[in-house]
Amino acid sequence: MISYLPRYIFNFFFFILIQVLVLNNIQFSGFVNPYLYVLFIITLPFETPGWLLLVLGFVTGISVDIFSNTIGMHASAAVFMAFLRPYVLRAFAPREEYQPGTIPIMNHYGFSWFFRYAFILVLAHHLFLFYVEVFSLTHFFSTLWRVIASSAFTMLLIIVSQLFSRGKSRGR
Amino acid sequence: MRNFIRFIIKHHFVILFVIIELISILFVVNYNAYQRSVFLSSSNRVSAGMYGTFSEGAEYLMLRQINKELAQENAYLRSRLPESFKASKDYFQLVFDSLSQQEYVYRAAKVINNSTNKRFNYITLNKGANNGIEPEMGVISSRGVVGIVKNVSDNYSTVISVLNTRMKVSARLKESGFFGALEWHGGAYQYAYLREIPRHANVNVGDVIETSGYSSIFPGGILIGTVQEVDLQTGESFYEIKVKLSVDYKNLSYVEVIGHPLKVEQINLEKETIND
Repeated sequence: MISYLPRYIFNFFFFILIQVLVLNNIQFSGFVNPYLYVLFIITLPFETPGWLLLVLGFVTGISVDIFSNTIGMHASAAVFMAFLRPYVLRAFAPREEYQPGTIPIMNHYGFSWFFRYAFILVLAHHLFLFYVEVFSLTHFFSTLWRVIASSAFTMLLIIVSQLFSRGKSRGR
Repeated sequence: MRNFIRFIIKHHFVILFVIIELISILFVVNYNAYQRSVFLSSSNRVSAGMYGTFSEGAEYLMLRQINKELAQENAYLRSRLPESFKASKDYFQLVFDSLSQQEYVYRAAKVINNSTNKRFNYITLNKGANNGIEPEMGVISSRGVVGIVKNVSDNYSTVISVLNTRMKVSARLKESGFFGALEWHGGAYQYAYLREIPRHANVNVGDVIETSGYSSIFPGGILIGTVQEVDLQTGESFYEIKVKLSVDYKNLSYVEVIGHPLKVEQINLEKETIND
């Protein structure tokens, strides 16, 4: 797994920079905003210990927070997503279990598996983020609409970025 | 004891999650306190410095437009302020308001970070305490009110934008002088709402909304926007007025920070009066 280390260090900085310098300035139809940086946590190796997942989630979230003046919001949402990840992975495990030497990316496990797996986590992250941001249920449906629209946008970017990602295809 | 440790080891994932999540939520709830700690906000040297570099790069691509805006702003200021004079080469002007003898100081600053899509939007400026900027100063652009300075570090400052649901601006109708509070409710960045205008006031679509000058932050008469829709529910005693903001918040480049050296005197006098 150590061979993946440079890849993840690069991913970390790359996704945060893309997020704060480019994506935070994209506002599709006013207030829909994609959050691509969650892909860093989604694609961490299967063997990542739980505590490291949570810590990395927190660090990623708080880094984005510092740049967007929203201390705690992205951090709490990213930690929540990192917490759900092992359970989602277990629920979606293929019959022959996850192969050693593979990571949860589209090239290794195919489009439909990756889409379902990433979509659940993205939806959880966005739900948490937008409701924490509003911090009340008064605008319940308008917030829900933002969650759905932003999730769709984020998923689109995730799928596109996966098409460019490196990693030998397993042809599962 | 051993059972307790075994319990912790067995459930360390959930326990750690709860702890980190509580810390994060604490950050969110104590948001204003943490805003004040300049270290974590975007006044922070590293992130603000990086934004500065990035915006310098992006600026080259927008030079033509910025030049045009500056030229317009210059012409506008020159026509409006025949009695103003330049105090330093840093585009720093003292303006004497001949009606009230109040004195306002305008300092130009550049916007290096800005957002319009959140519920709490903030703007970062490239000037700070070294340039005489202090918290609670008003910020305007050539087209109207932008926000109020919140935090200041040596070289940068953050501004609460009008597009922030925690922000209220004291505003009045230019024609009739009735005043109320202008708030933004999230959503579209072009529109805000004016409250507390009583129903006997005469409000028409297209009326000009400007600052009231009652807050000691903004001088009176600075443009905010125009009335877009007027709504009066039956049985309500106040109008609900939708205001089209005159400033295009997506397109801010240079702004002016308003200093009011006599503010302390005014506030102290008002406090004394209340205490009497």
